Amino acid sequence: MTVALSGKDIASKLEERFPGSVVESSQACVLIKPDSLLEVAAFLKDTPELNFDYFNYVTAVDYFQYFEIIYQLTSLEHNHSLVFKARCYDRENPAVPSVVELWQGADFQEREIYDLMGIRFEGHPNLKRIFLWEGFQGYPLRKDFL
Amino acid sequence: MAIETREMALKTEPFVLNFGPVHPSTHGVYRMRTTLDGEVVLDIEPVFGYLHRGIEKLAEQRTFTGFIPLTDRLDYISSMSNNLAYCLAVEKLAGIAVPERAEYIRVIIAEMQRIANHLIAVGSFLNDCGAYFTPFLYMFRERERIVDLFEMVSGQRLLYNYMRIGGVSQDLPDEFLPALRKLLDLMPSYIGEYERLLKDNEILQARARGVGILTQETAVNCGISGPVLRSTGYRWDWRRADPYSIYDRFDFDIPVGVQGDCYDRFRVRIEEMTQSLRIIEQAIKDLPSGPVQADVPHLIRPPVGEAYAHIEAPKGELGFYLVSDDSVAPYRCHVRPTSLINLTALREMVRGWKVADLIIIFGSIDITLGEVDR
Amino acid sequence: MEVDRPGQYIYSDTEIDRVEGQVIEELKASSQEALPDPDQWLEEEAEKNILVTTVDAVINWARRSSLWTAICFPACCAFEFIAANGPRFDLSRFGMEILRASPRQADLMITAGTLTWKMAPNVRRIYNQMPEPKWVIAMGACACSGGIFASSYNVVPGYNHIIPVDVYVPGCPPRPEALIYGIQTLQRKIAAKSNINLLERSKQG
Repeated sequence: MTVALSGKDIASKLEERFPGSVVESSQACVLIKPDSLLEVAAFLKDTPELNFDYFNYVTAVDYFQYFEIIYQLTSLEHNHSLVFKARCYDRENPAVPSVVELWQGADFQEREIYDLMGIRFEGHPNLKRIFLWEGFQGYPLRKDFL
Repeated sequence: MAIETREMALKTEPFVLNFGPVHPSTHGVYRMRTTLDGEVVLDIEPVFGYLHRGIEKLAEQRTFTGFIPLTDRLDYISSMSNNLAYCLAVEKLAGIAVPERAEYIRVIIAEMQRIANHLIAVGSFLNDCGAYFTPFLYMFRERERIVDLFEMVSGQRLLYNYMRIGGVSQDLPDEFLPALRKLLDLMPSYIGEYERLLKDNEILQARARGVGILTQETAVNCGISGPVLRSTGYRWDWRRADPYSIYDRFDFDIPVGVQGDCYDRFRVRIEEMTQSLRIIEQAIKDLPSGPVQADVPHLIRPPVGEAYAHIEAPKGELGFYLVSDDSVAPYRCHVRPTSLINLTALREMVRGWKVADLIIIFGSIDITLGEVDR
Repeated sequence: MEVDRPGQYIYSDTEIDRVEGQVIEELKASSQEALPDPDQWLEEEAEKNILVTTVDAVINWARRSSLWTAICFPACCAFEFIAANGPRFDLSRFGMEILRASPRQADLMITAGTLTWKMAPNVRRIYNQMPEPKWVIAMGACACSGGIFASSYNVVPGYNHIIPVDVYVPGCPPRPEALIYGIQTLQRKIAAKSNINLLERSKQG
């Protein structure tokens, strides 16, 4: 049975290692600051007892005041999983670091989020529209797109 | 990029060939811009979106129950699995318990769907290998029998809309179980027929052994799941690792490959069909009686929250991420697209192979464009 | 795990994407109205009550008994078309077992699947490449009117915005028997076509 790790335990580990990176945590997930996303992700992947090597998905939700980007990771070795999130409060030019260097599976999914929501991923090698054509006006999955 | 300099006086240049969206193979509207040096593939650039119908946006305009027909159209070859994944996600979000009979029916239907899907996957893989339509039509003959059973249960041949939140929509009719029994008795002989014709076939061995090798590290790093991951030798199946529904009650093996080439992917799918037959046998024996749907309103309003549920779909890990804000429509519905993520490793797998191998490698991953593009 | 950088391609992918995007936008702007169905000649013939001559009958019989399909299979209806080609519902008995990849050798296009604006220029191009006489069967609800996806931002509400359609086969997906009925309707339509008059008409202008 895949154990969903408690957000609070992970948050305390992250606070020791990277103070100030955790915004809040609950039983289900950890919310971290976008600036410390890369170092937190690298820590989660490389620490032997966590060893999150399998990238389930990345997705984004448009709550009107902010965009929330949700990641889920699984460790195939220890059979546990974790959900962590980042929030982006900028509506005009939202930008978040990209985790493609760590998990190649994030490649197409981040392009999809850029295409449909407009969130830029800094450090992505090939960030361009994937489903819609160049020159399409607007970002369809945003709540203000008709 | 490095082009080997040759000792002959012949100077070659790379050129770009467009494998357009209209493709003479059954995988759908997928486009690749390939950079070739003669016949050897140097690089590919996949282009998607020719079937992007905006299902995630449409989810926000439909009710939770009204979205089930749209989930059929995602991976349209195995629609029952899509329905199951979505219903599990809503049940997790709303905390609904499913009656026993419905759980068993779901398992039987999901495993039959796995067999039907693998029949098409193997058939079209062999079509790409050059056996043209002969194995494809053989496998279609079996698929027609399975589709007959699905028609008995749901009334539809391809896009079933059968599962509901809290169970299934109708009970199995009386003639279903005898017909299923007859199919289960005949199926091993058909699978034996395919093995006899194809397992040691020289042409298949020459074309598919050692072609398009995927290593375990690349597969795990790219998030690849399903038969493609198992062909690399990693024994990981979500039915065993994170059992959903009642899969922990059944006894089945997980076939794995050896080196992650096209031949291993083909063998893994054939073996999985045999294992699915085992699961169906066990499920039929223990099928209890009772209601087939929990007492759930049609216009269901799950409490505020979010949930992610995944299943081992025939192609890999299919998951639905749902966010609800206490209204009759989902606030956000995201589909974890198995086929799109399985395509991440395609570039590494095809570098250095010839154009004909590119088609086989692409066919052995087994994607459906409805799921890639949504 | 190295990730490849752009600039590895020998062509400029952003330039190609930009040009194609422009083509799509232009096509979308010019296809907001449905094209009229090519049925006018049927009604005129019925009014004038012209008999189909023996030459016409032979030509029409030859054309309708060996329709070769061009491949245009975006989505789910493709599998019902393939099932129609399969061993149970055999399309080969109508002379239609040839599924050539090249539109230059085809005279029927069965559009099996949802049409999106991104795909529309390609379908137009395939249709233009088919030589006369050519017919189109719109198979499925998505092909007739956009179907279950009609309100989506990327879906064309029916193939008749892009190419003229002869026969509409509703269903989601239509059963292979329904598709065969649609093909037989098309065959009846071809049988009623008078070719000699059209030849004279084309000579005049």
